[in-house]
Amino acid sequence: MSTLQGNKLTCVRGDRKLFSDVNFSLETGGLMQVQGRNGSGKTSLLRMLCGLATPAHGDIRWDGVEIRSLGGSYHGAMTYLGHLSGVKDDLTAIENLRISSALAGVEIDERKAHEALQHMGLGGRELLPAKVLSQGQRRRVTLARLLVCQTVLWILDEPLTALDTTAVKLIQDLMERHLEHGGMIVMTTHQEIEITAVATQRLQLA
Amino acid sequence: MFLWIIQRDLLLAMRRRADVLTTLFFFIIVVSLFPLGVGPEMNMLRTMAPGVVWVAALLASMLSLGRMFSSDHADGTLEQMLLSPQSLSLLVLGKALAHWLVTGVPLVLMAPVLGIQYDLSTDALLVLTASLLLGTPVLSLIGAIGAALTLGLRGGGVLVSLLVLPLYIPVLIFGAGAVEASAAGLGAGAHMSLLGAFLLASLVLAPWTAAVSLRISME
Repeated sequence: MSTLQGNKLTCVRGDRKLFSDVNFSLETGGLMQVQGRNGSGKTSLLRMLCGLATPAHGDIRWDGVEIRSLGGSYHGAMTYLGHLSGVKDDLTAIENLRISSALAGVEIDERKAHEALQHMGLGGRELLPAKVLSQGQRRRVTLARLLVCQTVLWILDEPLTALDTTAVKLIQDLMERHLEHGGMIVMTTHQEIEITAVATQRLQLA
Repeated sequence: MFLWIIQRDLLLAMRRRADVLTTLFFFIIVVSLFPLGVGPEMNMLRTMAPGVVWVAALLASMLSLGRMFSSDHADGTLEQMLLSPQSLSLLVLGKALAHWLVTGVPLVLMAPVLGIQYDLSTDALLVLTASLLLGTPVLSLIGAIGAALTLGLRGGGVLVSLLVLPLYIPVLIFGAGAVEASAAGLGAGAHMSLLGAFLLASLVLAPWTAAVSLRISME
């Protein structure tokens, strides 16, 4: 059983307060959808949750321990996919996937990377350099990491942008399976999606 | 993990050979222009050779510093590196090493050939190459700190030169000094030991400092 808790989180950008006193608690099998209009601080909150940014006030705890003091062991239990794809134009899809998984601490061989990309509907395009892939296909390369990295907590920032309906369905199934197996997801999206989870909560940023 | 990073950066450099060649050609052009501009006076060329080669190597290495982290920053790979369960210092060390393999090693290999234009003796050429071999990794390591600090800033290129130049100067003095000392019959041992000490100190301190700077730049 793992828990992710946020206590009285406040985000300040320049002299503007984006949000304050945000509290939540997420447990195994739980899904949290962060909602709010553009510029309400969704991405900032997600960056705080993965430790890239520090909250102005408040703390974030993983299993009761501040994530700052956990460092690497927290990062080993978490996968963050942000707005930026982290896909290198000059590398092929397979190289991109293998390298980004290695960065996340999971070394996979060519065969496994091949399978993951196949599953994401990129069969036959594994050896093309990423610069010739379409926006949606690049997104699929990024999302393929979710298949190979066995982390508990997924933090996904707009994972569905640029994806077609089949890919959206694929990701939805993937998320449901992850939640069934005791995973946790924090995500933002503007699209309506239906994910069955033990506990779904919505966090509305003002 | 460490090897993955080096392998990745080398692969990227191979796919973008133009970037690598720019640095090398800059070095070759600067070093070759001096004998043409100054005139064929052997004694003068021989005395100024180590200084010219070292200054050119230093500027060439600085030329490519901006690229060390900026492309990873732009496409989001750097975020993933910060979130890696591995130590960020080790990643930075890998990146600095890859930078050296791509920009430093070609310079070291070219230096003896270019040194011939300055009528350097075989001994002096050997000392020059050895001093570059010890000194250029220091340039990449210190450069990593500057590149990390100026990440995402506008006009970062100028700022990075201002930041790292003062730290480069000792390397320049002892690197060029090694050749002069050996030509004067004093032996290059002392200078080489100091360069070695710089290398060891920067191997320990620079990756850590650059990792801290990266975390600050990414906030």
